[in-house]
Amino acid sequence: MLNLADIKQTVDMIDHQHLDIRTITMGISLLDCAHPDTGRCAGKIYDKICRRAERLVAVGCDIESEFGIPIVNKRISVTPIALVAAGCEGGDCVELAKALDRAAKSCGVNFIGGYSALVHKGFTEGDRRLIESIPRALAETELVCSSVNIATTKAGINMDAVALMGRIIKETAALTADRDGFGCAKLVVFANAVEDNPFMAGAFHGVGEGESVINVGVSGPGVVHSALREVRGRPFDEVAETVKRTAFRITRMGQLVAQEASRRLGVPFGVVDLSLAPTPAVGDSVARILEEMGLETCGTHGTTAALALLNDAVKKGGIMASGHVGGLSGAFIPVSEDEGMIAAAGSGVLTVDKLEAMTCVCSVGLDMIAVPGDTPAETISAIIADEAAIGMVNSKTTAVRVIPAPGKTVGDEVQFGGLLGSAPVMQVHKESPKAFIDRGGRIPAPMQSLKN
Amino acid sequence: MKAVMTVIGADCIGIVAQVSTLLAKMNVNILDMSQTIMEGLFTMTMLVDTEKSEHKLEDIRGALDAKGAEMGLKIRIQRADIFTAMHRI
Repeated sequence: MLNLADIKQTVDMIDHQHLDIRTITMGISLLDCAHPDTGRCAGKIYDKICRRAERLVAVGCDIESEFGIPIVNKRISVTPIALVAAGCEGGDCVELAKALDRAAKSCGVNFIGGYSALVHKGFTEGDRRLIESIPRALAETELVCSSVNIATTKAGINMDAVALMGRIIKETAALTADRDGFGCAKLVVFANAVEDNPFMAGAFHGVGEGESVINVGVSGPGVVHSALREVRGRPFDEVAETVKRTAFRITRMGQLVAQEASRRLGVPFGVVDLSLAPTPAVGDSVARILEEMGLETCGTHGTTAALALLNDAVKKGGIMASGHVGGLSGAFIPVSEDEGMIAAAGSGVLTVDKLEAMTCVCSVGLDMIAVPGDTPAETISAIIADEAAIGMVNSKTTAVRVIPAPGKTVGDEVQFGGLLGSAPVMQVHKESPKAFIDRGGRIPAPMQSLKN
Repeated sequence: MKAVMTVIGADCIGIVAQVSTLLAKMNVNILDMSQTIMEGLFTMTMLVDTEKSEHKLEDIRGALDAKGAEMGLKIRIQRADIFTAMHRI
């Protein structure tokens, strides 16, 4: 018989500590959907997604019910659309975004990712067309998420793309001004983007992936927080050990669900993503874990060290629990999606500068941060450049998902609702980086040896 | 299929009797059970086998939910695999 205390622990985790599977994401290759006629291409995309992901939601719900574990999101990621659209002669890329949106709705998923381009070294014609269409695509669809990779450790930073993305983000905010710039919440700018990320808005199905794959993202900040309450005041060795043990359990559950989904759908299992993903619900916050370690408010001195420990221990605990670990795998610190981060930012303790420092030691980057609506495009580009530099030099993924909320300024709040939460508008530096961004070109790839 | 049932709620006379009668009616076999009062609450854990039952897990869950609502208890049934995965290497 299973141990009574173990059973109670699991039931408590689910009932009181928000333990859940954050997402089952099916990756689908659309490389075979290319067609010179944009309308035909859109038709092929719609048909293929609906065919492949037809049973995804039903299977997810079955697993949820049988195992008694909530599976919050069922999602789809697809081949970066810039690659699929490259062969279209004329036509409007937004038509393809609408096909993705329709397919997502037919399958019943809550987001579809992959309206993406990989331009870390340069643009193709198709890349440029797709990126230019992002603001309209995000304004005219509901469920489509977009991402653009503008830097890698091997290629350096494409500063022309950085400059362009600053403008694209501003334009996206303007086209969705009636919803506080909501379109920007569906747009991620990456350095070192990964091909098997199950989390939105940055998920896409990489070209190195197979025809179709199942990736699972686990969650569990509430469970880690609760476990750490038991070791209050104890040395960090015990903190790390406690996080590892907890992460192991959470990940085992993710692995079980991933294997079960893979088997029932007849689609290969890809990876379990070990990220601690918070939600705006009380008791499901990464910031509160850091505060549990002894910080009065997240964002004060010591926050980066606390996050470094947490991020590393989650990986160490999770790695043994899963056959394949991948995706972003680290603690997420999205401001608007984390109740403790919202409070810390609202009180002024957590600043954009501190968040940037925190991204040096965790995934994924400056995430879900609302900035004043009058922030110039070049300032946003410079924020992207800084973040990309951190990713590039440290050989890790970093990202920027900022929302220049139209008409809002520091002290105001933007509301996105649901998992995307709400965010206080945060201060950015006023001094202009325009001349820096106007240079364009590429920042060369960094040294990977002589590390001292 | 082996499943774990947990029954939690205010203690009253006849919980074990009523829950096990319901399981017997649905042809669900009880393999193991343990019951205690934890933090003031009646807490019962059962390992059951649904193999011989002609009912689907969701129907069994429906019947248990109704019984739980009637007696003021939270009754949960989950496949045993999840506990094994989380607590055994």
